[in-house]
This record gives sequence, C-alpha cells and structure tokens, in this order.
Amino acid sequence: MELKLYDLGLVDYLPAYEFQKKILSDVKNGFLCSALVVCRHNPVITLGRRADKGNILVKGGIPIVETERGGDVTYHGPGQLIVYPIFNLAFLKKDIHWFLRFLEGIIIDFLSDFGISSERVSGKTGVWVKGKKIASIGISIRNWITFHGLSLNVLENDLVNFGSIRPCGMDIEMASMEGVSGRVLDINQFKQPLFSKFTQFANPDFPLSNLRG
Amino acid sequence: MDVILPALTEGVDKATVTYWYYKVGEKVSEKDDLVELSTDKATFNLPAPASGTLSKIFISEGDVAQIGDALGTIE
Repeated sequence: MELKLYDLGLVDYLPAYEFQKKILSDVKNGFLCSALVVCRHNPVITLGRRADKGNILVKGGIPIVETERGGDVTYHGPGQLIVYPIFNLAFLKKDIHWFLRFLEGIIIDFLSDFGISSERVSGKTGVWVKGKKIASIGISIRNWITFHGLSLNVLENDLVNFGSIRPCGMDIEMASMEGVSGRVLDINQFKQPLFSKFTQFANPDFPLSNLRG
Repeated sequence: MDVILPALTEGVDKATVTYWYYKVGEKVSEKDDLVELSTDKATFNLPAPASGTLSKIFISEGDVAQIGDALGTIE
C-alpha cells in the first residue's frame, strides 16, 4: 500500500484537523492511496464523541476542542508525536477493531526497537508500559477510510498537563519515552523511524496475521 | 428500507449510536453519511442505503444497537 507522508511540524489542533479532512477527501476520491500525517500539537484538550465533560478537571487554561473521534477526553501537547493515519482499509482489512490492534502493534514494535518493552491491555485500547499509558488511540472511519489516530508520549515534562483531565475517563497514569528510558530525547528524531514502521506494517506482504489479538 | 447495523468485526456484537446526521422527516440521498456509531475507541459512519425520507429512528443517540438491528427506516 503506497503511503504518503506529511509532516506538519508544531501546529494547532484545528488547522491539522482541517488538513486531515482534506487528505481524507483526497483518499476518498482516489487521488491518494493512503497517507500518514505526523505532527506535534500546541497544548489542547480534545473530547471524543462519547466524552464526559466532567472528566475535564481544570477549566479555563488549555483550549478545549470537541471532535468526532472515538474515545473520551485526552490532552495533546508538544511533547507528544501525533500520527494521523488516513488509510483506506479496503487495501488492508475492513475491520475496525483489527485496525485498533494494528496501530497498537506498530507502536509496540517501534518502542521495542528503542529498547522499551510495552504491551496491550485487554479492553483498554492503547499501549501500556508497566500499567502506565504511553500511547493513546482514538479513530474515526468514513467509507472505510480512517482518520484521527494516535499520540505517543515522548517528553516527560509534558505529562504534567494530563493532571487537568481524567484521561479517557479513567484514573490512569501516563508514561513517556523519556521517563521510561531515563534519557533526554530529541522528539524529532523519532518521526522517520515511526514512518518507516508504518510503511513496513502497511505493506501487503507483511504478515498482518501476526497482529491479531 | 430499514437501515441495518452490519457485522463489524469478529467477537463484537453491538455499537453505540453517537450521531444522526438527519432528523426524522428529512430527505436523504443514497450513500450520504446517515448515522455515526461508536465501538471501543473508534467511530464510524453508515451511509444511507437508499434515497428517500428518514421516516423513523429506532435507536436514538446514546443508545446501544446489536448487530442486525434496524437503526431507522428510509421510505
């Protein structure tokens, strides 16, 4: 599956959302096969379609945006890598839950390359390290084309803002790649390896059956 | 024509209706986004199966539908 990469750099949530919708339209109309939009966001709290606004604990500071993605409330900030896979599942597998497990599998494999052991937790979509969440996932699908996506916590000092919310409506702790590895990291160094991992996993010859479960 | 919730994936038998794009009595065109549903951390749309008027909504926003349920009717 041909995958085009767009790197938006550090960008507010709404312009990136509008960009996603443009790419979504291009994929739907056949101008593009599939695309990966990578960026970092200025601080923002986003609400999924099923969100409970009571899960925003501190109001008035960080901007709040309501979206149509799945899931509850989450925070995005410049210490995270955001990945919006705009994939036509007709070229992969038309299965919503399979795609959530597919995204988890890519992050687990990516973190493993960096020496971080992570895992799925049954019934709790996302990627976890020793009971703490290191990557969050929330997607939407239109005509079997995906948008929205995942956020990976890279920098430790950004995690403090999760204190403004109950992430995903749960009392959970968040982890970062810096915190887990004990190293100071340059977030931009991970964009290309992450893109390569997506390209590898989205290849029709890759044994996708390994990602089930 | 009833709007039926199709099978989504192995082992999943229900989804929550999260948004109706049209109100009862409004005209819809075939393939337009008609209703949005949610399962796990994903939302997805069902397109209108035919052109006509959305005459009934059986499953309202916030309610759960089982696979095979009629969500509404287009006449």
